[in-house]
Amino acid sequence: MAEVKIRRLWKEYGAQVVLENLNLTIADGEFVTIVGASGCGKTTFLKMLLGVEKPTRGEILLDGQPLVYEPAPDRGIVFQRYSLFPHLTVTENLLLGLELAHSRVLGRLFGRARRQALERARALLEEIGLYTARDKYPSQLSGGMQQRLSIAQSVICQPKILLLDEPFGALDPGITADMHEIILRLWEANRMTVFMVTHDVKESFQLGTRLLVFDKKRHDPQAPEAYGATVTYDIPLNRNRYPIAA
Amino acid sequence: MPRLVNLHPSRGTGLLLGLLPFVILVFAYVLGSNARLAENPDDKLLPAPSSFVETINKYAFEEDRRSGQRLWWVDTGASLKRLLVALTLSAALGLALGLAIGAIPYVRSLLLPFVAAFGMIPPLAILPILFIVLGLGETAKVALIVIGITPIVVRDIALRASEIPSEQLIKAQTLGASSWLLAVRVLLPQLLPRLIDTIRLNLGCAWLFLIAAEAIASTEGLGYRIFLVRRYMAMDVILPYVAWITALAFFMDYALRRARRALFPWAESV
Ligand SMILES: Nc1ncnc2c1ncn2[C@@H]1O[C@H](COP(=O)(O)OP(=O)(O)OP(=O)(O)O)[C@@H](O)[C@H]1O
Ligand SMILES: [Mg+2]
Repeated sequence: MAEVKIRRLWKEYGAQVVLENLNLTIADGEFVTIVGASGCGKTTFLKMLLGVEKPTRGEILLDGQPLVYEPAPDRGIVFQRYSLFPHLTVTENLLLGLELAHSRVLGRLFGRARRQALERARALLEEIGLYTARDKYPSQLSGGMQQRLSIAQSVICQPKILLLDEPFGALDPGITADMHEIILRLWEANRMTVFMVTHDVKESFQLGTRLLVFDKKRHDPQAPEAYGATVTYDIPLNRNRYPIAA
Repeated sequence: MPRLVNLHPSRGTGLLLGLLPFVILVFAYVLGSNARLAENPDDKLLPAPSSFVETINKYAFEEDRRSGQRLWWVDTGASLKRLLVALTLSAALGLALGLAIGAIPYVRSLLLPFVAAFGMIPPLAILPILFIVLGLGETAKVALIVIGITPIVVRDIALRASEIPSEQLIKAQTLGASSWLLAVRVLLPQLLPRLIDTIRLNLGCAWLFLIAAEAIASTEGLGYRIFLVRRYMAMDVILPYVAWITALAFFMDYALRRARRALFPWAESV
């Protein structure tokens, strides 16, 4: 879990202002859902939290410390696609985070350490309903299975913050209910601060403990690039949920 | 009536169809050979199939009168050794450089333009330099092959490395990967299948360079033999040697394809 403070954050690409003057304080263990029009800068916002894009102005504080602008194990990410490793089986994909963290030279675990890691992976696989597919390669999984695995892959490293960029966007509406249950369970069990971008307004209300709507406050029809989006609505939701209630 | 593009031959039919061009080639040769020999029994251009059997017997199973060796196998061993040493070196060098170029932007800026320019040198044009600098021994022949195909391997591997989605690399970093671990656990394993593909595609070039080097300066080898007997227009030696080289190359290609499938099952569907 981590508290995230964002102060006077601006992001510009050349002459285009994408985000302007964001000021937010996100409490420990919050489940933040983010909605907004296409192209308004939601992915850009996540990329800055992840550390692959730098803000043009302003700062992001993580538990009071300035954010390190490089991806790091305290911030997990689930992209819409391509975040699994095609050369590793389901189990190996899940194991990878533990191996990278504990074996800095070979990136592999052996003997007892490996058995313990496998035990953890196994428990997580059962929780997300992928145990029977444990020896398959990602290309042999359905879209929903791939996203579940990708989420679990991040969660096993126990990040303080989990970033989700439209993780269920490409999925059949029929299976999103299962996905919601899994993500909520993992969030509660691992006490992470979650940021989830979605196109689905209903989903954002169901899942979040706080909903952010990104939109442009000012608009110049002659120069659409002159003004960026900012948070126009900031709505607390589901306040009774653990772990914020705790 | 289904469209032609949707009609698939059965396994047996497919096999027969695959054999058909070979059968036609052999048949055409025998016809041509017979016709020429009927006109002139001393014709050297298209020797009778029976003379191939004689030559192969003489070269492969009888000791040469002068050297006391079975020339066919001496030549095969010498050529294969040069080829395999060169291919191993090219693969290792190509993989290491390609990975470094593909993964590390600084190395990319440093080496990619150089490798691209170096790859434009026609290898045969510098063969004399190799013979002058490295002597007429094995080193120069191996060096020609390595110089000829390594730049292609490097560039292909670097290209493949840059095709790996950035999402994967970012994800691995959020799982704690250092640059080194990124290379050995994420990039390298995904580059190996492509390395096999690249080597397969470059086999033809490798044989070309090998035979060129052997033709110019050698004392044994498949290419050396072909160019040696050319003086006597010994088609009965040249044709079996060419067929043998083709068979060896075909088998190497097949073995690499099988190895890829066995070693990297995940790469079949991506
Ligand atoms: N690397 C970049 N260089 C230049 N402009 C960029 C870059 N990345 C994003 N942009 C611009 O920033 C704006 C916001 O992009 P972003 O991907 O954050 O939108 P989004 O809100 O995630 O949209 P969507 O809902 O469609 O995914 C877009 O107008 C895009 O053109
Ligand atoms: Mg986006």
